[in-house]
Amino acid sequence: MRIRITFSKQGALRYTGHLDLHKLWERAARRAELPLAYSQGFHPQPKMNIAAALPLGFSSRCEVLDMRLEQDIQLDGLAVKLNDTMPEGIRVTQIEQVDERAPALQTQVASAEYEVTLKEAGLGSDLKRKIDSIMESESIIRTRRNKEYDLRPLVETLTLIPSPDGKKEKIFMKLTAKEGATGRPEEVLDVLGIAFEETRIERVRLNFQS
Amino acid sequence: MLTPEQIENKLDHVLLKVQKPGRYVGGELNSTHKDWDNFRTKVAFVFPDIYDIGVSNVGLKILYDQVNQRDDALAERVYSPWLDMEILMRENGIPLYALESKQPLACFDLIGFTLPYETLYTNALNVLDLGGIPIRTVDRDESHPIVIAGGHSTMNPEPMYAFIDAFVIGEGEEVIHDIINAIQKHKDQPGTSRAELLHELAKIPGVYVPTFYEAYYMDDGTLSHIEPTVDDIPKIVTKRLVAKLPPPPTKFIVPNIDIVHNRVSVEIMRGCTRGCRFCHAGMITRPVRERTVDEVLEAAKIAIKNTGFEELALLSLSSSDYSNVLELVTKVGEQFDGKHLKVSLPSLRIESVSIDLMEKLKEKRSGGFTLAPEAATERMRRIINKFVPDEEVIDTTREIYRRGWTTIKLYFMIGHPSETLEDVQAIADLCKRVIEEGRKVIGWKAKLNAGVSTFVPKSQTPFQWVSCDTPEQIRAKQALLRRELGRDKNIKLSLTDAEDSFLEAWLSRGDRRMAEVVYSAWEKGSRFDAWREGKKYSAWIEAFEEQGLDPLFYTHRQRRTDEVFPWEHITAAVRKNFLFQDFRMSLEGEIRVDCRLNCFACGILPIFAQTRRENPGEGWKCPDVKSPAPKVVSKSTHQLPVVGD
Repeated sequence: MRIRITFSKQGALRYTGHLDLHKLWERAARRAELPLAYSQGFHPQPKMNIAAALPLGFSSRCEVLDMRLEQDIQLDGLAVKLNDTMPEGIRVTQIEQVDERAPALQTQVASAEYEVTLKEAGLGSDLKRKIDSIMESESIIRTRRNKEYDLRPLVETLTLIPSPDGKKEKIFMKLTAKEGATGRPEEVLDVLGIAFEETRIERVRLNFQS
Repeated sequence: MLTPEQIENKLDHVLLKVQKPGRYVGGELNSTHKDWDNFRTKVAFVFPDIYDIGVSNVGLKILYDQVNQRDDALAERVYSPWLDMEILMRENGIPLYALESKQPLACFDLIGFTLPYETLYTNALNVLDLGGIPIRTVDRDESHPIVIAGGHSTMNPEPMYAFIDAFVIGEGEEVIHDIINAIQKHKDQPGTSRAELLHELAKIPGVYVPTFYEAYYMDDGTLSHIEPTVDDIPKIVTKRLVAKLPPPPTKFIVPNIDIVHNRVSVEIMRGCTRGCRFCHAGMITRPVRERTVDEVLEAAKIAIKNTGFEELALLSLSSSDYSNVLELVTKVGEQFDGKHLKVSLPSLRIESVSIDLMEKLKEKRSGGFTLAPEAATERMRRIINKFVPDEEVIDTTREIYRRGWTTIKLYFMIGHPSETLEDVQAIADLCKRVIEEGRKVIGWKAKLNAGVSTFVPKSQTPFQWVSCDTPEQIRAKQALLRRELGRDKNIKLSLTDAEDSFLEAWLSRGDRRMAEVVYSAWEKGSRFDAWREGKKYSAWIEAFEEQGLDPLFYTHRQRRTDEVFPWEHITAAVRKNFLFQDFRMSLEGEIRVDCRLNCFACGILPIFAQTRRENPGEGWKCPDVKSPAPKVVSKSTHQLPVVGD
């Protein structure tokens, strides 16, 4: 049986990396006595896939994980059971069964949406201008790990969310997240002249190829 | 003082700049979060090394549970920030805080350090400094927390006497409650001073408050005597022990990042009856007390359910000596078979039965099989009282390879008393024989990891009188091993850094004057002394010079037989004359057998006769005490007989 779990990752768990998150889920499965399937061989690994690695420090409302089980189980009540023994910061929001033969989860991600909260207020109209300038440009050549790439085509949407009290502004961005073509929010922020540490970034939605 | 919210805000700006920020945020499953304002006594337990090392410590876990079970106290955890984080904390004015509430360390009533090894001393000072607490006892007043420390290295507390208000000697499960009760009583009596509270603490059995003891020295720098300065506290502080091991912890903290021991640990037995003369733990954790198979099994089941950990460790100083070890491993093996769980059973005897035990645990053979012969000549084995004939080592290791393990780890020590280069050559020869035998069985797949550490004489052991090897001797012995074993691609040799061992050796038998050396070394930037990135050997050497002390006085000097030791007023309940007799036997190459077979009256039974009388039967591996109790029992003020009487 293959199940798909959607969960949030917040608070202290923002500082748990991708590999450690796999470990966290393996333990969660053991606590909930799920018949998690393992690979064969000398070092059996649990059969789990996380849709898209979330950078350290980001929170998320929409992480998605596939897990293969050795037997079919009843999904009713499973979310509650898992949440009972989760660290604060991980909350299962949905569990569904998926077709065993469906393609691997990571290959199906199309784009990711982020909300960036600015810790310091007051960038206002300047920020709006910079955002517009990005969206109007044809290409933004950047260097990452000594390789040049064009950030612009990876930015599908970039807008300013006005805050009701005018204090903490938010930026919304939708970035391409395909294998080999993944836009990184901190790269966009860098173009906007905003230090990554001065923000809170939350992944709010993952879009899959339909 | 900063509030938890202010601290969290500041952390938000720095955490992404450090390695593994998950060390500093808490939020783990099974951590206990109590409402700060609703508990009278707040305790912060500190493991003064990084989170990765500290989280799995079982001792602090026991105390954390003990305190959190009270409805009038809360306990939280603190670890040392790594070097990168320390810089940012100092730059940004972030005080050291507890992981659960994010309250600054200085807001707690009681700070409890565990000091299992000496290389944590500078870190402990650094923790106090980062927590905004005066480092020296004398500089603390009513507004500051009480600072206590326990753990194996505090069997000689003196090098830390100036920084710790009260030491807990021995096992902490019961005495922690006595200390909290005393603090609460003190709070109920406004107007009483910190000194009065410390005086009350000094009256608790097993608690040593250094302020109330004075050390007097002779002209040659050795001690003349150590005396209490008030008359209603014990002249000699005897360790605390629990008559029966309480139920083991089962709600282990499940870290959200990778740490050193990701596992459930169940202590199956405390103490050891083997009597290896170099072994500090074996001398100071007597008597042997076992948990029942059912209790261990039940705790393991619950703890795995509570944590989901992928490994279960059955802890003791000598697993093979656990009375029902076969029954235990059979049941554990059955219980967890097919659950993708690794079970580890450390400290097995060198005999083929050990292989049967590991097979029962369905241990993955990829893990390697560990044995500790410690020495490789008959003479040396007699001196250290760990007698395993070569043939036993060869037969056992051959069988291990034959049954499917490809890697064997052998642990040895160099620098044992009177060890020569021939004894070290024998280690190399034995390793070569083992790998040769392995090759006969499984060919070039056979691998051997030889871990060779350097012996450090410890207080409260039969070797507390001996001199360490000189740096030249250690280097010559290590060079020999490298020369002999370095060429074989299937042998991996690991050696401990000679400088690390000296640091440990200065402190393990240090006196009060060493406190200023520790302080000065810390001031010069020494911390994380067990880490390559942290320790500054030169800082220690300068610190010694500044204090006008000679490091060799502490390490390279055979103690006089009648020498008064800096820890003379502290006892692990193993008598000095027993230790001395054992030391004399080592010089003669005389073996003492397992004391389950024959009680040698080490001191545990005479000193804890009453406790044993009240707890007869199989729980302890000491003989029953049947004699009637004396009319007057004075638990904590008994005198130790001196050597020679």
